[in-house]
Amino acid sequence: MTATAVQGRVTSRPPAPERGRRGRATLYWIAKHAVAIALTIMFLGPLVFIGLTALMSDRQALTSQLWPTTWNWSNFADIFEKAPLLTWIGNTLMYSVLATAFMLLSSIPVAYALARFRFRGRKLAFLLVITMMMLPPQVVAVPVYLIWARFHLTGTLWPLIVPMLLGDAFSIFLLRQFLVTIPREYSDAARVDGCGEFRTLVRVILPMARPAIAAVALFQFFYCWNDYYGPLLYAGTDLDNWTLSLGLAAFRSVHRVQWNLTMAATVLAMAPVIVVFFFAQKVFIEGVKLTGVK
Amino acid sequence: MAAVTLGNRLRPLAYLSPWLIGFAVFFVYPLISTVYFSFQRYDLFTLEPVGLLNYEYFLKDEAAWTSIRNTLWLVVVMVPLRVVFGLGVAQLVTRLKAGAGIFRTIFYLPSLVPLVAGTLGFVFLLNPSTGPVQAMLGAVGVRSPDWFGDPAYSKWGLTLLALWSVGDLMVIFMAALLDVPKQLYEAAALDGATGWRQFVHITLPVIRPVLMFAAVTGVIQTLQYFTQAMVAARVASGATDSAGSVFTPGYPDQSTLTFPEWLFQQGFRDYAMGYACVLALILFAVSMVFTLILLRQFRGFAEEEA
Repeated sequence: MTATAVQGRVTSRPPAPERGRRGRATLYWIAKHAVAIALTIMFLGPLVFIGLTALMSDRQALTSQLWPTTWNWSNFADIFEKAPLLTWIGNTLMYSVLATAFMLLSSIPVAYALARFRFRGRKLAFLLVITMMMLPPQVVAVPVYLIWARFHLTGTLWPLIVPMLLGDAFSIFLLRQFLVTIPREYSDAARVDGCGEFRTLVRVILPMARPAIAAVALFQFFYCWNDYYGPLLYAGTDLDNWTLSLGLAAFRSVHRVQWNLTMAATVLAMAPVIVVFFFAQKVFIEGVKLTGVK
Repeated sequence: MAAVTLGNRLRPLAYLSPWLIGFAVFFVYPLISTVYFSFQRYDLFTLEPVGLLNYEYFLKDEAAWTSIRNTLWLVVVMVPLRVVFGLGVAQLVTRLKAGAGIFRTIFYLPSLVPLVAGTLGFVFLLNPSTGPVQAMLGAVGVRSPDWFGDPAYSKWGLTLLALWSVGDLMVIFMAALLDVPKQLYEAAALDGATGWRQFVHITLPVIRPVLMFAAVTGVIQTLQYFTQAMVAARVASGATDSAGSVFTPGYPDQSTLTFPEWLFQQGFRDYAMGYACVLALILFAVSMVFTLILLRQFRGFAEEEA
């Protein structure tokens, strides 16, 4: 409000030599926003066309028309008849929810120890966490697969869920980066009040770390929701064990459907992510910032 | 007193134990095991020591070298383009006076779209028969290439997809740009430096570490590039991979075959698990080099206190 008021006063009677600069500034303003709008079209365009195609009739999907002539909302019901989508959604939810819960349970104490405790090998341990975070999962894929085969758990999603009880490198890293920014005075004060180390963590540190915990939880949830490589490796050929990502990738070819239904299924997979993003945008953005260097 | 000290000693161990077990079971043991299997022929049923045969086979395996060339292409083309584009978008958004928040939201959004869904969307958008891109280009008389069906364009199609989801880089770069001290720009403005020269002489040097970091992590991520290439090839080729019929990644003409895809194919589709371990060790060595670069260049990353 004040800014516009001040600006208003200035523009009302600019001194003569200022006028040229002002003109150039206006042009610059227009140019910047024009580019921003062009980029908006680029970034949103694909989502819009995916959405529009999802609503086309089978016949229209065979043409290259851009706008639906009839709005076939029933496409979203039809896709559930073409493929066991509900089963896939259920499996994906189970994978995402359990993996996220297990990750939090195991990774928070690890991150806390790396951020707060002084012990020999602390730096080395953190470097190893970063290394594990960076290395491609394919590096140890064969022996890890054989471990799960020995327990007869290949063909299920459990090989992707159970290891989360043993911590996730990326989440440990992110949580640790946040926890080191909490001043030591808080935990010291709690200790003076007679809190043990564990109670300090639960009562004092965790509430302060809520934004970081929310960020790693969301990242983990969506990592699982979006994961394709993991389920492709472990879920096997039984459609009842598939996730949404697996099913979606095979949707068009296996079920011989048109682009309209394929895009309807695509919208279905995107929708939860987009909805959650709009409610928790800040959490995402702050979380992404934590992944960078200071 | 002694008990307290012992407790203090063991406490870090207790807190770290989940990760220590995970590190041992899912990393150290498998890594050693990978070395062992690389000298064996193993197809889940029979195990037979074959000496260096798997390694010799690698040298003659043309598909492996094709996959290395493709992965290298992605590292050399896709990673720099993403950094430059991400920086450009970030620079623009930090300069916007009206609607910066909305634009940031919109530009970030695609990076959250599930990889499989985004890839499917792009294969549809860019398909030459019914795709909207062809429809629009056709309206102005331009013929769109068959992005995901022509070996000359398929990697560019994947690059477009990667540029579309540049939002995560944008957020990191925006944070860095907003941290550049204002006084530097004011001083430069007094010296008459504006626009482009401010960007080259002030902005770039100040945010260089962030750009470097993004480039190195970008390379490491690209070494794992799998899902988009796999899904694009599968959908564009129209191959089915349920029962019986076989899908081989890389369509069209092995032009999108990446190294991790070939590793996956060898290990878990052809069950040449010993040979897959050779490929895994190569991937390990290359990733390790870049990880060490990262750790050396960014000591601050692992500093004691932030």
